[in-house]
Amino acid sequence: MSSVLKIILQRLALGVLTLFIVSVVIFLAVNALPGDFAQSILGQGATPEAIAAIRKDLGLDQPLFTRYLTWLAGMLTGDLGVSFAQMNFQNSMGGGEMETVATQIAPRLYNTLWLAAVTAMIAVPVSIALGVLSALYRNSLFDRATNIFTLSSISSPEFFLAYILILFLAVLNPLLPSLSNIYDELSFAERFQRTLLPALTLTLVVTAHMMRMTRAAIINLLASPYIEMARLKGMSPIRVIVKHALPNALAPIINVIALNLAYLVTGVVVVEVVFVYPGIGQLFVDSVKIRDIPVVQACCLIFASAYVLLNLTADILSIISNPRLRHPK
Amino acid sequence: MIGISRRGMMKAGAAAGVLAATGMPASAMGKRGGTLRVGLNGANTSDTWDGRTHSDAFMINAAHGCVFDCLTEVAADGTLKGELAESWEATADAKTWTFNLRQGVTFHNGKAFGADDVIESLGMHTAEDSKSAAKPIVSAISEMKKITDHQIQFTLAAGNADFPFLLSDYHILMFPAGMIEEAIQKGIGTGLYSVVSFEPGVRFVGKRVEDHYKGDTAGFFDSVEFIAINDSSARMNALMTGQVDVVNRVDFKTEPLMRANPNVEIFEVTGNQHFTFPMLTGSAPFDDVNVRKALKFGINRQEMVDKILLGHGAVGNDHPIGPANQYYAADLPQIEYDLDKAKFYMKEAGLDSLNVELSASDAAFTGAVDAAQLYQASAKGAGINIDVVQEPADGYWSNVWLKKPWCACYWSGRATEDWMFSTAYEAGVPWNDTGWENARFQELLLTARAELDSAKRSEMYTEMQMLMSTEGGTIVPMYANYVDAHSTKLANSGTIGNTFQMDGSRLAERWWFA
Repeated sequence: MSSVLKIILQRLALGVLTLFIVSVVIFLAVNALPGDFAQSILGQGATPEAIAAIRKDLGLDQPLFTRYLTWLAGMLTGDLGVSFAQMNFQNSMGGGEMETVATQIAPRLYNTLWLAAVTAMIAVPVSIALGVLSALYRNSLFDRATNIFTLSSISSPEFFLAYILILFLAVLNPLLPSLSNIYDELSFAERFQRTLLPALTLTLVVTAHMMRMTRAAIINLLASPYIEMARLKGMSPIRVIVKHALPNALAPIINVIALNLAYLVTGVVVVEVVFVYPGIGQLFVDSVKIRDIPVVQACCLIFASAYVLLNLTADILSIISNPRLRHPK
Repeated sequence: MIGISRRGMMKAGAAAGVLAATGMPASAMGKRGGTLRVGLNGANTSDTWDGRTHSDAFMINAAHGCVFDCLTEVAADGTLKGELAESWEATADAKTWTFNLRQGVTFHNGKAFGADDVIESLGMHTAEDSKSAAKPIVSAISEMKKITDHQIQFTLAAGNADFPFLLSDYHILMFPAGMIEEAIQKGIGTGLYSVVSFEPGVRFVGKRVEDHYKGDTAGFFDSVEFIAINDSSARMNALMTGQVDVVNRVDFKTEPLMRANPNVEIFEVTGNQHFTFPMLTGSAPFDDVNVRKALKFGINRQEMVDKILLGHGAVGNDHPIGPANQYYAADLPQIEYDLDKAKFYMKEAGLDSLNVELSASDAAFTGAVDAAQLYQASAKGAGINIDVVQEPADGYWSNVWLKKPWCACYWSGRATEDWMFSTAYEAGVPWNDTGWENARFQELLLTARAELDSAKRSEMYTEMQMLMSTEGGTIVPMYANYVDAHSTKLANSGTIGNTFQMDGSRLAERWWFA
């Protein structure tokens, strides 16, 4: 197992490097956008003096490099800083404690992870089961129907799927609420019920990818000699697939699942907007709009970490699932 | 063609809408009960209870409409009445104002309301680097004197007859003295509803204050829940599926669908918000009044109301005073689309053709670029070639407005004529986006400000509107309506305020469940 440990450490080091590069790129990109926080927050009320005052308060008058280093120094000590919006408010109005970026993001991140978890709980078993079944009954009517359904749902824009689901499950048959505004006081059941529509929408979006990969990976193995052997022994087709093919097909499937889970954490802005779900995506978009760099940076780091960590997990799981990689010669 | 003007249609339509909304003409009194659920846009994660920062629907409805009170209030019918102030009087020069405050009012934390609260709350706006939008109003007060606990005297630097009206502004909320920071954090006001829970950019829940000084005449809901729904389709959906009882800012594209829903009613009013195309009159060719006149006759305002606002508005007349203002000159001759007149003024200016650039971006108002293109097409016949320059939305207000000679712009309007004129049309003010110099206009502005006689003021303001309309430096193609929608379960008095959307942002105070 020491080799696995070594890989984990290596990958984590690379991950940190990735995060560093991401932070530089995002910082430069947000600064390259036209307009800055001062202009966007003042809007029509922007006078040159007011803009200069805000820029000075927030340190936006400093050179790019200095600003980045200040942010990085804070970041390395675990301080994500204070959002521009908060700082600007406090500077002009005075007042008590400042809410840091971390406390601002935490509840939103929690909501996003909750939505991702609910979606994964539905989507992963469904897509693997569908993948196995369509591999088993490949080229049958069932296989074709599954393929057409999942491919058309992945090809449709998310907001369209969302509105279709709202139409059928909220408007025509009022089973679920069309608003998913969740907050602390909700009981677990209410929270789950309100999350269901966005989760179903996301399920439709991610299922095709996982299901198709499962099907392809299994069908690919079905031509192998050992499957032939299993069949010749007289095993039932379902047993051949589940016991012999699936374990060997796990590595690619796990990778695809990891990719889709990362997508669920980072790419669900549209679904959040349609269902008014208070997740991190909405916060991220709001922050980009007003060029609130500390919040944008923090969100991007979270998104990048999600990809790095989930990919790492996927790689480790595929190593563990594959004896040849587990015991390299 | 039918013999009714579009404008007349709109008014009749709005009146019919009001009648339909109430079912029957004004059943005056509401009945208590229920939870009002409101879907609102304009919510931000940086929202707070600090009135100085409020600029969008969510916080204005929550703070001004529920949790806090002002000294004065504009009633649904447009008249001014006292809120935390009971009465007021001025000296003849409109310089010294004495306000009598309401007795027996308490804040949500139990503190009694008095003159000290007023002084400290107003002081919030004048702090040295305060960015409060109400700073110009409050800094006009040179002295605040507490006479008794419930009487206060303001001395203004210059006479202003509108002073009580200005104090109804939604920024100027009354906070408890000595604990303003805490009040901003928790939302402690004197309003009809006290804060139960507030998540910035997500949700606000308020509970009706029992034994409120407004008694049984207002605040009919047991509790209110405001849900932030910035996305317009999601907001419309929420109303259609019955998740909320009322929404603001109806999306014109889905409006026919909403009209088709028997459980939903649309209510709209024409207020003061208007779109403009200001010209910097200091730069050629806009320094020539004949060029400005040619441009005024070269625009088809009705077409813009029909195509940009899809009918939800009224044509403008090149001055910024709207139907929600006291001295709105409704009888002013309307500038019509008339290419012959435009050509005439072109000739007066000694021009055969004119090439001008018009900068626009949807940051100015939704559909600004389309409006500029309509203008381009309508003016072409008079030899006016408008080159529409599409500007980036980011930084539009900093880089284009007040900088480019001609651009698109938006004004939400102001409660009083003087406030509107002195914000954007008084010589030398920073937001003067035309730089229009007219001695008579400037003189009237100062005289009308200190005049207490309503008839004389009306005369002066009419003349000012006339002057701007005929010679001024801005084109006002249209007023945009406030279009909101509610479930048929709700009822109201039959009069809907037009100072702001959602019945002057006081829907939670004025409406009830039928």
